[in-house]
Amino acid sequence: MSTDTKNRETFAGCAKTPKWRTDFPIEWEGDHYVSRREMVKFLTLGSLLLAGANWFTAFASGMLRRGSNAQRYIGSAAKLDAAGYILFRYPTDRDPCIAVRSADGTLHAYSQVCTHLSCAVVFNGQANTLDCPCHNGVFSVQEGRPIAGPPLRPLPRVRLQQRGDQLFATALEV
Amino acid sequence: MSERFFFIDYSRCIGCQACLQACAECDTHRGTSMIHLETIQRRDSVQTAPQVCMHCEDPICARVCPADAIKKTPDGVVQSSLKPRCIGCSNCVVSCPFGVPKYMAEIDQMMKCDMCYDRTSVGKGPMCATVCPSGALKYTTMEEIQRTRRGIPISAWKFGNEEVTTKVHVMVPREVERVNIDLVQIAPTPAPLPEDSYDVALMLEEV
Repeated sequence: MSTDTKNRETFAGCAKTPKWRTDFPIEWEGDHYVSRREMVKFLTLGSLLLAGANWFTAFASGMLRRGSNAQRYIGSAAKLDAAGYILFRYPTDRDPCIAVRSADGTLHAYSQVCTHLSCAVVFNGQANTLDCPCHNGVFSVQEGRPIAGPPLRPLPRVRLQQRGDQLFATALEV
Repeated sequence: MSERFFFIDYSRCIGCQACLQACAECDTHRGTSMIHLETIQRRDSVQTAPQVCMHCEDPICARVCPADAIKKTPDGVVQSSLKPRCIGCSNCVVSCPFGVPKYMAEIDQMMKCDMCYDRTSVGKGPMCATVCPSGALKYTTMEEIQRTRRGIPISAWKFGNEEVTTKVHVMVPREVERVNIDLVQIAPTPAPLPEDSYDVALMLEEV
């Protein structure tokens, strides 16, 4: 290092290497160096952000689920008994559902969207199951859980209420 | 194999511009040549001189950069400006004693020779030195250059009062220890030019 360079650096009359030079080093290694404080700061802020995102997601999904308690008229019991099943939309017009009367006479309703790859399940009255034609997934009518094929999660259940001859969907259990 | 260095032997340059072409073909800056081929006293001589970045030990271009865009790697190679940082202020362009950095207005960024870092970092020679037919640019070991050349390689310069040590060596006669460049005159030379309207070299200088 030349005399001039040294003079220039001691010009401020304090440290040989000024503080700003250590913050903005010429050396590649210095530029890439991450101090412990920076690392801890990054980890802390990153964790906070992640935790915040999780809380937000939980809150948002809770908000969405709360909206599915609406009551909705889905059809008459007579029509259901005649056909063996009826199709309806719940909680919104974009959510297809199916209500069936099982062999023992009880009433069940599920989301019609297969939990494998979102094909529409159909009622199989003879086997008393809900079958997905795409990949031969089979769900039980009693509980909605998968009993054969690739699906692993049960179908979301729709709570039904019968008032006289009228059927109402009252809640969606995810 | 011992470490290889870059050597410039100005006296060997034949002005073929192969280095310019090779530099422009490099993958990292396609089409743009980072090497300068200077014409020395065009009217009196056919001498040309290639100029690559000298990769100073204490790079003044990096020192004056207000945007922290020029970095020196551990092996002493001063890199071209970092794209996200360079603000195109041209501080480096005016500060470099060798006149190496170029400001590229079309991309608003400074670009300069980085000794083909993509190649030299994996043991290959820089593009220009690989193609130079006369050995004016050579990337080889110290022993090899001393064995094959008459001059000696030096890397010490003095610009006025500023001492500069570079990674790139230049070949000079044996009695020279350091290249001293003194400031002679800043204003353009008021040389009385002969009135010859057919002097092609003169026409070129006037352009």
